[in-house]
Amino acid sequence: MTERNYLTVDNTLRSWFFTTDHKRVAVLYFAGITLFFFIGGAAATVIRLELIEPQGHLVTSDVYNRLFTIHGVVMVWFFLIPSIPNTLGNFIVPLMIGARDLAFPRLNIASWYVFMLGGAVTLYAVFMGGIDTGWTFYTPFSTMYSNSYVVLAVAGVFIAGFSSILTGLNFIVTIHTLRAPGLYWYRLPLFLWSLYATSAILVLATPVLAMTLLLMTLDRVGGLGIFDPARGGDPLLFQHLFWFYSHPAVYIMILPGMGVVSELVAAFSRKAVFGYKFVAWASLAIAAVGFFVWGHHMFVSGQSPFAGLVFSFMSFVVAVPSAIKVFNWTATMHKGWIRFDAPMLYALAFIGLFTIGGLTGLFLACLAYDVYVTDTYFVVAHFHYIMVGGMVTAYFGGLHYWWPKITGRMYPEYWARAAAILIFFGFNMTFFPQFILGVLGMPRRYHVYPPEFQVWHVMSSAGASILAVAYLLPLFYLGWSLFFGARAAANPWGATGLEWQTPSPPPPENFALTPEIRRNPYQYTHDGEAVPQNA
Amino acid sequence: MSFGSLRHFGPFRSLGETAHAGSVDLLFGGLVACSALVLALLFFLLLRFSIHYRAGNAAADRDHRIKKSWHWEVAWTAATLAVFLALFVWGAQLYLELQNTPKDALPIYVVAQQWMWKVEHLGGQREINELHVPLGASIRLIMSSQDVIHSFFIPEFRIKHDVVPGATENLWFRSRRAGVFHLLCAEYCGTDHSRMTGRVVVMEPAAFEQWLKQQDVSGTLAGQGEALFRQLGCSGCHGAGASIRAPALDGLYGKPVPLSDGSITVADDAYIRDAILRPRAQIAAGYEPLMPSYEGKISEYELVPLVAYIKSLAGSAGAP
Repeated sequence: MTERNYLTVDNTLRSWFFTTDHKRVAVLYFAGITLFFFIGGAAATVIRLELIEPQGHLVTSDVYNRLFTIHGVVMVWFFLIPSIPNTLGNFIVPLMIGARDLAFPRLNIASWYVFMLGGAVTLYAVFMGGIDTGWTFYTPFSTMYSNSYVVLAVAGVFIAGFSSILTGLNFIVTIHTLRAPGLYWYRLPLFLWSLYATSAILVLATPVLAMTLLLMTLDRVGGLGIFDPARGGDPLLFQHLFWFYSHPAVYIMILPGMGVVSELVAAFSRKAVFGYKFVAWASLAIAAVGFFVWGHHMFVSGQSPFAGLVFSFMSFVVAVPSAIKVFNWTATMHKGWIRFDAPMLYALAFIGLFTIGGLTGLFLACLAYDVYVTDTYFVVAHFHYIMVGGMVTAYFGGLHYWWPKITGRMYPEYWARAAAILIFFGFNMTFFPQFILGVLGMPRRYHVYPPEFQVWHVMSSAGASILAVAYLLPLFYLGWSLFFGARAAANPWGATGLEWQTPSPPPPENFALTPEIRRNPYQYTHDGEAVPQNA
Repeated sequence: MSFGSLRHFGPFRSLGETAHAGSVDLLFGGLVACSALVLALLFFLLLRFSIHYRAGNAAADRDHRIKKSWHWEVAWTAATLAVFLALFVWGAQLYLELQNTPKDALPIYVVAQQWMWKVEHLGGQREINELHVPLGASIRLIMSSQDVIHSFFIPEFRIKHDVVPGATENLWFRSRRAGVFHLLCAEYCGTDHSRMTGRVVVMEPAAFEQWLKQQDVSGTLAGQGEALFRQLGCSGCHGAGASIRAPALDGLYGKPVPLSDGSITVADDAYIRDAILRPRAQIAAGYEPLMPSYEGKISEYELVPLVAYIKSLAGSAGAP
């Protein structure tokens, strides 16, 4: 590589670990979350192996409980939440708005260190002996009865929360202040609208998680008694506080995926996104309404029936903007010039899987049905359709889409399509049987289970082995492409965003001259020719 | 324990074990039908567009693209909202029925602890990980937890309720068929969460009476509570002829109680329980806050008969 770009400009370790270039920070985040993805995935693998057999001979109950806890903690806080925002978002946001960097470049690299420190602390807790509370840390189990490294593991999550807040803050300020001339709000690509909504939740909800975990720790260590009924505290208060963060956190995890899919559907249908403003505002509506649905996690907890009614109603309402998005993506494809490169395959998979996840969310929002299936495998299947079928699929779609921009190399298309298709089938085979398990009444977090359920568990585990291979594939062919992939052009997909108007990979300063924006995003001619935003 | 002899789970094998379960399965059918309709439409459109408008098919008609989008937006937003509202009302109505315990329901006490279910009948019969109930009667479970949060789940009846320490929880059902059903813990509660399981045995009323008689009992639940009432020193203040002025407990259960802060509460199970554990939280109007807390001095197993005894005192003044 002789040309000057952000990768070649300086190649010392120091230049990487003290970088303030958002593109290099994105690569650092990418390395970090990939590590955590495979750690969380390893735990899932053992869980699925264990569940092949109803009597649970592979590991003890205590080990099993630690496995599903660490799987949840690592996947939620150290993979899903940072996944799209901190890797793809970090890389693409300044490029998309025609800026040289994020508003606070040093805060950006600081957030990576905070994140890695949090991850290290949590992993240290795992190596010391793990934590067995479930990722939800429900009191009084976590405060008084758990005999595991609760405080240490929670400290890691607490620390990582600050990196979420810093990233959210950085994106909000960046999108407000650093847009290139002519890039009005309604000219922002939808990926930015979704990241803006995500950032608002990160900044507003994460502090509540920090407070909750702090109170829980004080309860456990110092006997504060906030959540202890014997001291006049209330265990349900913990659930209210926890879900006040953790339900909006679900939208932290899915909104960026929706943003990616909006980019992909437009780019590979060669057509403007149908109902741009509706899709944009749907992101903000989800972020806003998402703060008022947390009680749907607690329909059988003993909260008042009136609260149950309100939260059920709000949960149906929050599904409306998601439905709007699905309809609009589909309508975007109407009369387009659709290409089926790997990113588009991921986008299509996302639309299907997310819709199944969303529809089964209605089952759970529906009070009387939730009473039956809450805390069963139905819930497990539902949120994996959203988190894995939705978010992880979108993440892979975005990763392939922007891979040429990030690395300057094309990935091998046929391998990538094969992996996308394999992921789709492996995923469905893993998680659809879990819906059936839930409908049959199988509770979640069960180490041993009645043998009637075994056939569905075996099917799920078989699917998981396909999924594991499918998730490992990109590691190899993307790694291969770094050295042997064809050189990528500036705009290999014929997309319209500003990030495609600079070389691949971009120079450290992103743009030689600040681009001037003259038109809305996703402008294609009738024949499907891209018209860049600065043309 | 072996599950082999038990009836199979689920709506595919056993439908309508209770009236509520039948309604929930119908609701499930409605939800599946709506979802299937949406998915069929979506997959049809995705497939149709993918094939017809693929870039390779230059012959496809791409003129007259839809320009004005808001008609469509309003239409599908309104349609979605309408269907959602209907589903909300359907689910909510069934849920409210579940909250409405029939007045004549037979109370049975359930205490959860790591990792077992303990059941106490009014007659003083106790069982562990089993719950015997008479067929056709409304059963009201009054549940509490000795340690962490558990969740009482009978999959065949489609009901579940968390059992939260420090609180009294209610759950009711009325079975329609004699048989043996699953009892599971649905809220993760530690090491042996998955082994906190048992059976619900629904018996013909006559067989149930017979079963009750065959159990070893040391007095009725209220009788055991009366002994505790003396043993723990409650009678020193609340008993007849006590020297200290404390609220009389005769006829208390089910009656409104004026509190010192001016509010009025109803003396239900939860109130009596709280008054024993945290007497200073709600002080009866006109009395000094003298009573010591029994938090930590009395287990959930002792609370159950004690509350049952105080409830039995309502008898003379008319039960609610």
